[in-house]
Amino acid sequence: MVENTSENSNYNMAIVKAFAVCAVVYFLVGALVGDLIAWQLSFPALNISEYLSFGRLRPLHTNAVIFAFGGCTLMATAFYVVQRTCAVPLWSSKMAWFTFWGWNLIIVSAVISFPMGWTSGKEYAELEWPIDIAIAVVWLSYMFNFIMTIANRKVSHIYVANWFFLGMMIMITYLHVVNSLAIPVTMTKSYSLFSGVQDAMIQWWWGHNAVGFFLTAGFLGIMYYFIPKQANLPIFSYRLSVLHFWALMFGYVWLGAHHLQYTALPDWAGSLGAAVSIAMIIPSWGGAVNGLMTLSGAWHKLRDDYVLRFLVVSLAFYAMSTFEGPVMSLKTVNALSHYTDWTIGHVHSGALGWVVMVSVGAIYHLLTRLWKTEIYSVGLVNTHFWIHTIGTVIYICAMWVSGIMQGLMWRATDDYGNLAYTFAESVVAMHPYYVLRSVGGLLVLIGAGIMLYNVIMTIRTAGQPKAAAVQA
Amino acid sequence: MGLGRIIGTMLGRSIDPQKRREKKSFQESLEKNVWGFIVMIAIVVSIGGIVEIVPLFYLDSTIEKLSKDEDSIRPYTALELEGRDVYIREGCYLCHSQMIRPFRDEMERYGHYSLAAESKYDHPFQWGSKRTGPDLARVGGKYSNEWQVQHLRAPRSLVPESVMPDYAFLEGYMLDGVLTEKKMRALSMVGVPYSDADFAGAAAGVEGKTEMDALVAYLQVLGTMVKFEEGKDYRE
Repeated sequence: MVENTSENSNYNMAIVKAFAVCAVVYFLVGALVGDLIAWQLSFPALNISEYLSFGRLRPLHTNAVIFAFGGCTLMATAFYVVQRTCAVPLWSSKMAWFTFWGWNLIIVSAVISFPMGWTSGKEYAELEWPIDIAIAVVWLSYMFNFIMTIANRKVSHIYVANWFFLGMMIMITYLHVVNSLAIPVTMTKSYSLFSGVQDAMIQWWWGHNAVGFFLTAGFLGIMYYFIPKQANLPIFSYRLSVLHFWALMFGYVWLGAHHLQYTALPDWAGSLGAAVSIAMIIPSWGGAVNGLMTLSGAWHKLRDDYVLRFLVVSLAFYAMSTFEGPVMSLKTVNALSHYTDWTIGHVHSGALGWVVMVSVGAIYHLLTRLWKTEIYSVGLVNTHFWIHTIGTVIYICAMWVSGIMQGLMWRATDDYGNLAYTFAESVVAMHPYYVLRSVGGLLVLIGAGIMLYNVIMTIRTAGQPKAAAVQA
Repeated sequence: MGLGRIIGTMLGRSIDPQKRREKKSFQESLEKNVWGFIVMIAIVVSIGGIVEIVPLFYLDSTIEKLSKDEDSIRPYTALELEGRDVYIREGCYLCHSQMIRPFRDEMERYGHYSLAAESKYDHPFQWGSKRTGPDLARVGGKYSNEWQVQHLRAPRSLVPESVMPDYAFLEGYMLDGVLTEKKMRALSMVGVPYSDADFAGAAAGVEGKTEMDALVAYLQVLGTMVKFEEGKDYRE
């Protein structure tokens, strides 16, 4: 791969360190809120206050994991990768620190907003208009700095990881600006510019591309740098990366409509969304295959490379959930799966399996290089790996069972053609799976705690002479 | 400089014909020119959204045509509007959909399938994406006001299986009529047909009412604005 291997002392690695540490902290926070609301669904008495009820905390969970954890990970890795693959320092360190403090300020304002009930009521874009404007400004500063660094590069070609970061940044700008258009009433209240069916389509155009670009394209950028780097092998196929990059950029944008099948959205739009969704298996698997095949002939590395293990398992989950997604967009399957926990399970197989695993791998990789030290405890990394994997699998399986069961119970009829179950009966039937899901989430949360401890200890002991890494 | 040359330069094509003859793929020229790459990405990611979203604003078939007898869809009253804002604030849409699909079981459980026309004044839409609780698109009139209040105060006192949080605190908050009028004016700017009489009556409409009253008023109007004709197909 194209890279300047000699360490350039002009690189701004302080910004990467800062974002990476924030990502680890926000992962713990996001998982904590997520697990709390999972327990609230299991035991509703846990809704102890109006400020901490499920409806107000759920947006806090989704925003914390996607934009605080995911965002900080993307900013850390993009700033790291762009400097190393372009062989130049960041275009502007001042602007990078503006991005850092701005992004963190936005996160703090979200932590205050959501419990207060200040929400625009659009899923995954709940923050109110003053914060939306701040997001746009900070996001553009991130993108501009990234682009100018590429423009300054000392190598002739732009490395593939940067294509994905760039695609993500451009599309997220479009999505955020259009979907957040609103008429303000007060500082904490606004109404969407769009209504009804148009608002629904725009919302899910945003919603699915928050997944497709923020959580997929951006993290594929991470994959394209960190897998070959960690394995010390070139990417399997350049041609495949070109093909699947453009297919992904073109295709993902259409998928939002599959969230609205059989609704009052005109049928042509939903069907178009579903058709492209099915075709998306090909570019998605193109990425997964490219990453996995990079390791062909070097699979033995998985035995003792703890970073590679996270990265490879993340690709397995990526391949799994990008197969599941198109299946769920088929009209017959969607008729059953829509409105159920299956959707929640699908999101988490992508989020916990793909996004978190690839991020955690990348952050452990960064940790040893940025602080020029060994990891504090390999044993704790392995514990984190297994506890996270098991937690994720429990979570997904619980939601598969509860989701399909919900769908079947709602449509079941008795011998006389009457509905077989009341809605309340389906709620009771979910209880064991909700508890199971909360346990899975708890394991993920414990894993996040272990990681934070390991990261802190690695940083604290960096520079100290070490006989050997402590074995836990 | 002609437009062709400007685009050519942006995409990294050499002006020198000798150099141009050394075959360079389009992809390769993009990889050497960040500005060309950005323009190309911006074009490619625009197509899907334009095809799927833009026609919804001008195709007549997007929102169903209703006859005069059927159509009594109106903007929310002051009290209902405040109730809807409580609904949004509390994140009710995260567990309750307002979109009945045209399936036998859903129509039997919830009522006639939803029309696009029914949410044409909803900024933002509240169709939802998850049914942890039942669909509410036609909950209006299904239960009495007293039932709704008691259920919101303590859901499990009426439905023991429920996992819904308690919303008794809504009774402690009075509505602010000045704000209601501001809200109506903002909505009229985005196309909701409120009249001057509506603005003038906003404060009186919520006078002495609590958030609980408002939410119940909103729930009671949901799905009641269209008088459906038996056996008529509203979707093509």
